[in-house]
Amino acid sequence: MIHLVWLVPFLPLLGFLINGLGRRYLSKSLTGVIGSGSVLAAFVISLFIFFEVRQPGFMPQVVTLFDFISVGNLHIPFAFQVDQLSALFLLIITGVGSLIHIYSTSYMHEESDEGFARYFAYLNLFVFSMLILVLGANYVMMFIGWEGVGLCSYLLIGFWFKNTSYNKAANKAFIMNRIGDLGFLLGIFLLIQQFGSVTFSDVFAQVPTLGENSGVLFAVAMLLFIGAMGKSAQVPLYTWLPDAMAGPTPVSALIHAATMVTAGIYMIARSNVIYSLAPCIQSIIAIVGLVTALLAATIALKQNDIKKVLAYSTVSQLGYMFVALGVGAYTAAVFHVMTHAFFKALLFLGSGSVIHAMGGEQDIRKMGGLKKWMPITNITFLIGCLAISGIPGLSGFFSKDEILANAFGFNKIIYAGALIGALLTAFYMFRLYYITFTGKFRGTHEQEHHLHESPAAITFPLVILAVLSVIGGYVGMPEVFGVPHFLGEYLSPIFAPSAPFLHAHHLSHELEWGLMGLSSGLVIIVIFFARSKFRQYQDNGVANTGLAKVLENKWYVDELYEAVIVKPLMVLSGFFQDTVERSGIDATVNGVGRGVKWSSRQIRLLQNGQVGFYIFAMVIGMIVLFVISLFL
Amino acid sequence: MLTVLLILLPLITGLITFGTKGASAKVLSLLSSLATLVIAVIAWLKFKTAPDALQFTVDWIPQLGTQFNVGLDGMGVMLILLTAISFPLIFITIFSRNYERSGAFYGLMLLSQAGLIGVFTAYDALLFYMFWELALIPVYFLCSMWGGERAVPVTFKFFVYTFAGSLLMLVGIIYIYSQTPGGSFSWTTFTSMQLSSTEQSWLFWLFFVAFAIKMPVFPFHTWQPDTYEQSPTPVTMVLSGIMVKMGLFAVVRWLLPVLPKGAYMWQEAAIVLSVIGIIYASCIAIMQSDIKRLIAYSSIAHIGLMSAAIFANNEQSMQGVMVQMFNHGINIIGLWMLVEVIQNRLNTKNMNEMGGIATHAPKLAIALVIVSFANIALPLTNGFIGEFLMFSGLFQYNPWFAAVAGVAVILSAVYMLRMLQKVIFGEANAQTASMRDLKAGEILAIGVVVAVIFILGFYPKPLLELVNSTSLLVNAINFK
Amino acid sequence: MPVQYYIFLSIALFCIGIMGVLMRRNAIIIFMCIELMLNAVNLLLVAFSKMWVDAGRTDAASAQLFVFFVMVVAAAEVSVGLAIIVMMYRNTHSVDINILSRLKN
Repeated sequence: MIHLVWLVPFLPLLGFLINGLGRRYLSKSLTGVIGSGSVLAAFVISLFIFFEVRQPGFMPQVVTLFDFISVGNLHIPFAFQVDQLSALFLLIITGVGSLIHIYSTSYMHEESDEGFARYFAYLNLFVFSMLILVLGANYVMMFIGWEGVGLCSYLLIGFWFKNTSYNKAANKAFIMNRIGDLGFLLGIFLLIQQFGSVTFSDVFAQVPTLGENSGVLFAVAMLLFIGAMGKSAQVPLYTWLPDAMAGPTPVSALIHAATMVTAGIYMIARSNVIYSLAPCIQSIIAIVGLVTALLAATIALKQNDIKKVLAYSTVSQLGYMFVALGVGAYTAAVFHVMTHAFFKALLFLGSGSVIHAMGGEQDIRKMGGLKKWMPITNITFLIGCLAISGIPGLSGFFSKDEILANAFGFNKIIYAGALIGALLTAFYMFRLYYITFTGKFRGTHEQEHHLHESPAAITFPLVILAVLSVIGGYVGMPEVFGVPHFLGEYLSPIFAPSAPFLHAHHLSHELEWGLMGLSSGLVIIVIFFARSKFRQYQDNGVANTGLAKVLENKWYVDELYEAVIVKPLMVLSGFFQDTVERSGIDATVNGVGRGVKWSSRQIRLLQNGQVGFYIFAMVIGMIVLFVISLFL
Repeated sequence: MLTVLLILLPLITGLITFGTKGASAKVLSLLSSLATLVIAVIAWLKFKTAPDALQFTVDWIPQLGTQFNVGLDGMGVMLILLTAISFPLIFITIFSRNYERSGAFYGLMLLSQAGLIGVFTAYDALLFYMFWELALIPVYFLCSMWGGERAVPVTFKFFVYTFAGSLLMLVGIIYIYSQTPGGSFSWTTFTSMQLSSTEQSWLFWLFFVAFAIKMPVFPFHTWQPDTYEQSPTPVTMVLSGIMVKMGLFAVVRWLLPVLPKGAYMWQEAAIVLSVIGIIYASCIAIMQSDIKRLIAYSSIAHIGLMSAAIFANNEQSMQGVMVQMFNHGINIIGLWMLVEVIQNRLNTKNMNEMGGIATHAPKLAIALVIVSFANIALPLTNGFIGEFLMFSGLFQYNPWFAAVAGVAVILSAVYMLRMLQKVIFGEANAQTASMRDLKAGEILAIGVVVAVIFILGFYPKPLLELVNSTSLLVNAINFK
Repeated sequence: MPVQYYIFLSIALFCIGIMGVLMRRNAIIIFMCIELMLNAVNLLLVAFSKMWVDAGRTDAASAQLFVFFVMVVAAAEVSVGLAIIVMMYRNTHSVDINILSRLKN
């Protein structure tokens, strides 16, 4: 089955081509079937691959399709690598991907035939790119997928292209990603310079020869991490992700929550050998992750757009994953990627269901009491909130707990920060839940009249994802429960090479129980606090002041970037255009021309037409020559 | 013989076209360019099996020691293919347009093609110089007679710039000629000359300035935006798609092998100028509201990278440059085609007056998106291969240069996306709402470009193999 | 006679010629002055030729050939030049050269 792995990305590509080229001629149902079917088929193949990979003693296999770039000693094949990590990501991408495709067939049904097909074409292209990203057997392949998902994200954020602000959001996303991509690219070049190869197996085999604390390795690790910052929306390159919510909601669920934004985590997990050998970069990652987690969580406290809250929550959760990577808990990071994919996709799709019922309204202040009309959405959304908050027994609890425990072993301050972040998460998620689903309805009568539970194509994925959000965590139970950590065992071959360089901190069972109890207890208290505060929420219409206002305005980071980066760039460009170009170089060139013109006009005056003068000049000239030849 | 035929065919049909009128000029030139394409493909196939058969030498002016010496290496074949593909595409794109005095228009275009092919094949310095001028002179007439309202002063500037460069080059050629034993202009003699370091040092600048003006490299570039803006679009396509490659080609074919020490001495200076140009042009491109000027500045930025990579001169950068010469040619011609269509339909070049094309002309919009992303080197488009290799090569030379030049990766996204947003997205206005989508001929021409973008983006191997020999040749030169 | 006498005479004639060309405005006089200069040169040529022949250089006589050259050229010039002056007089009723400055603009 492994040699057929190329089918996994190929099928969505085929779907993209059919839907893209035939968008004028296909009916909506056919488009939907092709779009969802191709991803579903890829999911089935991924399942087979997964079961094959799961066999004990499986060795990573590389399937080379053709020679992509081959220059001198540098060979970059177009090759796929199948191993435990990529197989797991295949499952997440195609699995969540197919659910979201199915969901979209209903959600996007109001689009025109052409727009509908375009949407599915983009979505398929995205799945294709994402699969290339995780399947690539070298960094260039990864980069291909990396830029490809960026492109699809751009296309889908700007899907409703008539709206200029959506386009701006799309541009912002692409450009911010490109800043990261530049780091990634430079990292690749450094690898080429050092190792003459970008193939994972070659690079990872050679990395330990550089030894710990090598400057080159730090540079590689840092450059790749800059790439990850852009794609996974970490401080300071995170501001594009909340704006990316301009796209259709299923897109936010798939691209901007479940899959694409986790590419950075995938990359660092993939390069774990490099990072384990660069402990100082790891600390930077942990700090950046923590800052992101806290910053985004505080902003989420005061947002009123249902999707914005979820977006900041995504940024914050991604921060958690980076904390995990930074403290060397690669398994925990990947675990959190998986559980987060379930519950965040669930939450986004749930919010989509709400927005759908509200006729496009996204402001939670105008919602309320939706529980009554939308029971399935309500239940599944609640499960999502419980899972993300880390209520014991749900998936989020296990993954988050693993991260917290590892952070505790690494550094107490990081642990404390992460714990605060977890409490903030619980608070804003339940604020969101209570304002939206409980209390009195605060929208217009017309909206109230329209409220309804969404159709099956929407609720079916919600239910599946809700189930996964509940049970998804049991593959990675903490040691104290005495059950094997299935995910850890499964992934151990991937992280084995870096194990000797990590300084594992083993916590005693009592301590682990204690930490678990502490975090769970605090989270439950916070939830009840949020319940008391927002269950009967009334929009009092008073403008926020002080810190609340700062939070509502997202710490003014966008304004800061505008003033520090965009404005100076524009000023610089204006300076180049008006001063250097026009009055500098061009003026010099034109000045030369004008100088020639002027001097010729002066010299022309000598031609005065007086024969006598000419002869006189001739005689003078002759005398001068005479004198020169005689005396010099 | 094949090589001579490649030059003669457009030359003769070009002269014949002068005598024709109206539609027959169009048809004749299209047929001629298609025939050239067929010969070029045959030459390519022949190059794979028997490359020596493409050499052709006959005495030309024996008293001067100059020969009619033409031939093709890998890079030459690639550029001939580019030229041969571009001209039919250009003629197809403008097939529905009627130019005044069309006989002269198409005749000059074909003459220019003959000159270009001559430049890419000449192995004799005097012949090279002659073809160099032959390629340029028709362009002066095309710009000034069929150009925009400021065409004459702009063409004059273009003329003075390029002619000054050409003369510097001529001085250099004559000097080297005077140093050759027995007096010869041939490439083999020139490259086997052992000129002293001081001579090479100043000769380098004579040649470099000539080629830098043509490319153009900062600060010799100011003719370009004006000329691109004012020329009729088919001429701009020739200029930006093929003619700027003359400068790059000449550096690889003549400058590096003839003056290796000079090149080594001034390598850093040339790269610094190129890198400044990249950032500088990218920044200015952000400010443009005229779509033609925007593309002109974007082209300067791309060429800057190519020039930097040439002088970085290692295996990766050299192959990257050569691949990119072809790919940039295809992409920029694609962009100009679309601009030509847009400008023709809307009668404006101002992007602020556009918008909403995606709604009313979706095919055009899709094509523009594809070509734009190829232009900003998205992976799996042809632009990526060259840029990746060039950046990588530049990085091997000096990481900081690559890092600074890399900012252009970001800036190119900024201005291209801004262009897309202004031109095709947003709400339509009265002008764009009634816009017609691409017609059959235009779809054919754009389709070829898009196909090349994806085929070479996925599978660049044929191109890389084609230029490999030339790249090895340059890399083998002893520069110290 | 020493050759110096011829040289001084020749210089004197040449300078008279130059001054005449520079000072006078009458075309015919200017013309005559040009002839004077030519003949000054002729005189020199003959004088030097004679000098070298006396010194024993037999090939020096060929210098006198130049004199004939100059005389022939001068004759040709006279015919063209006088024709021009005649035309000039017919058109302007004057032989003042300063009147003829239309080329200036």
